[in-house]
Amino acid sequence: MPVEPVLEISELSVAYRGAAGDVRAVERVSLSLRPGEVVGLAGESGSGKSTLAYGACRLLRPPAVITGGSVTYRGRRLAGRSVEVLERTPPELRELRWREIAIVFQSAMNALNPVLRVRDQLLDVVEAHLSLTKLDARERVASLLDLVAIPRDRLRSYPHELSGGMRQRVMIAMALAVDPEVVIMDEPTTALDVVVQREILGQIVELKQRLGFAVLFITHDLSLLLELADRIAVMYAGQLVEVASAHAVHHGPAHPYTKGLLNSFPSLRGPRRELAGIPGSPPDLRSLPAGCPFVPRCGFATDECTKVDMVLRAVPGARDPGHVSACPFVAPGAQAPDGKGTVSEVAS
Amino acid sequence: MSRISKGERAPEEARALHAVVESTAARRGPLAMRAGGLCKDFAIGRGRGRTVLSAVRDVSLDLHRRAVVALVGESGSGKSTVAKLLAGQEQPSGGSIELEGAPVEVSGRRAFRAYKSRVQMVFQDPFSSLNPVHTVRYHLERPVRLHRTLGEGVGVEDVVVGLAEQVRLTPAQQFLAKYPHELSGGQRQRVAIARALAAEPSVLLADEPVSMLDVSIRLEILGLISELRDRYDLAVLYITHDIASARYFADEALVMYAGEIVERGPAEAVTQQPAHPYTQLLVSSAPDPDALGSVLRSGTREATRASGSALSTTRGCRFSPRCPFVQDRCRVEAPPLVAIARDRAAACWRLDTTAPDLVSARGGGGVEDMTE
Repeated sequence: MPVEPVLEISELSVAYRGAAGDVRAVERVSLSLRPGEVVGLAGESGSGKSTLAYGACRLLRPPAVITGGSVTYRGRRLAGRSVEVLERTPPELRELRWREIAIVFQSAMNALNPVLRVRDQLLDVVEAHLSLTKLDARERVASLLDLVAIPRDRLRSYPHELSGGMRQRVMIAMALAVDPEVVIMDEPTTALDVVVQREILGQIVELKQRLGFAVLFITHDLSLLLELADRIAVMYAGQLVEVASAHAVHHGPAHPYTKGLLNSFPSLRGPRRELAGIPGSPPDLRSLPAGCPFVPRCGFATDECTKVDMVLRAVPGARDPGHVSACPFVAPGAQAPDGKGTVSEVAS
Repeated sequence: MSRISKGERAPEEARALHAVVESTAARRGPLAMRAGGLCKDFAIGRGRGRTVLSAVRDVSLDLHRRAVVALVGESGSGKSTVAKLLAGQEQPSGGSIELEGAPVEVSGRRAFRAYKSRVQMVFQDPFSSLNPVHTVRYHLERPVRLHRTLGEGVGVEDVVVGLAEQVRLTPAQQFLAKYPHELSGGQRQRVAIARALAAEPSVLLADEPVSMLDVSIRLEILGLISELRDRYDLAVLYITHDIASARYFADEALVMYAGEIVERGPAEAVTQQPAHPYTQLLVSSAPDPDALGSVLRSGTREATRASGSALSTTRGCRFSPRCPFVQDRCRVEAPPLVAIARDRAAACWRLDTTAPDLVSARGGGGVEDMTE
């Protein structure tokens, strides 16, 4: 079944250059995205998940520097050729961005230009990337709004006249404007309330099935990904700590950090669980401890952990053959000795 | 759960019933704050196009010591306006507010300051609610100087250090010297909570205190508020759009839609057996890891969503444009909030028929239809 990934990030490292030395925001991360797949990237703020995604599209500006690794893109339109994203020149990148890899940015509230009508912003994209006649371009823009279920009369609206959910949908329409194969969504629903969030997620899934693009979905809310993603990658302090199918993450998380994340959100269904959350705060990337960076917050930590090499290893006995974790000590289902980061059910 | 017979009651009678509904929060401690029939209207436009938006209509709530009341609703439902009314930042267009049994009249700066020392707020965005040019120490010192009368031999510094330790910003001296930009979101929200506590309030109004924070941090902040509630006998109003957190954190939940309370009751009951169609929608919209995408991945089709209107010209139930169970009557006559159990109330004409769906809402009954 090995389908060639449409986007393959391997050993990518990104650092923020500073007077006091590099802040290694992304450290040797490998992640691949197969055609039509939804991969969720989860982690706390500052874990490097956005830096990873933007780095893979070469959207970072100094002081961010890509210090190593490669990003390979293989789209259908390239007819079997592969493109090394990191070696492309700026004009070549322009062909790649949006047409092949599009991004839905985080804050829909601010990402649209407030002084342009929705139609003009969408037209701008279409005209820059496709050579269509004026009439065809306008028709395409209108059909984009149909795609995200916004009435066509909204084309003449300014962003401030739209609700938050509508603005986010316009952002999605914009990302899909020229039919990309990979869509990176950076916290697309974080600022929205649950009802609107659900509608937008449903729409993303429906569009994905219809248009066949692959999604890299970035969020700090793992509970969303469990429902939405095919595979989930969990990031901590610039490194991937676990990658597995959504099912495996839900039923057999291997890394203590993933266990902690799963135990952080209150569940609406089922019996009340005792929630533990993750004590402490994310580490300072300028002075990472030796070995596993999660040690100070980990309920399982032993002296061994400070010597461990942070590479992803196959999880022994996992049902999902692709299940990998950076923690060699903790097995899925293991309970922390001090009760931190474990799920226990209490009678309500 | 007792069923309501056909809703033929006159509104007066319904209101009386509302008063009979026993607040779960009452079991926790004495009454600290009571709002009765709170209304707030905003005028939109001017001249002939002028209309009135009733952002809050007839909201009654009791805040008891040592209890958390959650006010749940989507953006624009008026929940923040309720907080502003209770905090004295907005003047109500109607209704009354009582603090510890005495009616609140905030006229003049001195009275407002005295009121502020009893009722404090924690805001949603810790990135903008702290002043970037001042240190944490300044943020905590100011309310101490303004609101506290310190005993013999107690310095402002002692109080400030104590506050920082209360919210676990330790070592305190180190944190007090920092500026907001040097703190993480969770730490900033701790400063905001410490600042609210500095005035020694009896009522804490927390307006979406964790919605801007990472999921992994939220629990700690909510845990901290719970702990401080017990230690200082605080009455807490917890405003949120995340109904799941209300289940864990609140004693009583009030669900608000377009300025009105549509359902109220013990948080566990409201989240597990939602009676009002809107509460059902909220519950079904929360992420459900156990579903593992069954609904989402199948690709829910969704029509353009009509939204409820809070314009005063709107007749009938404000939820009716979005309601899957809508009947003719709903569009004409607004349902009153009536008791559906000893400690629960809801405002819906169809409660008797929808309730069975609701109990089995988990199974997918009528709720998913909403997006079709």
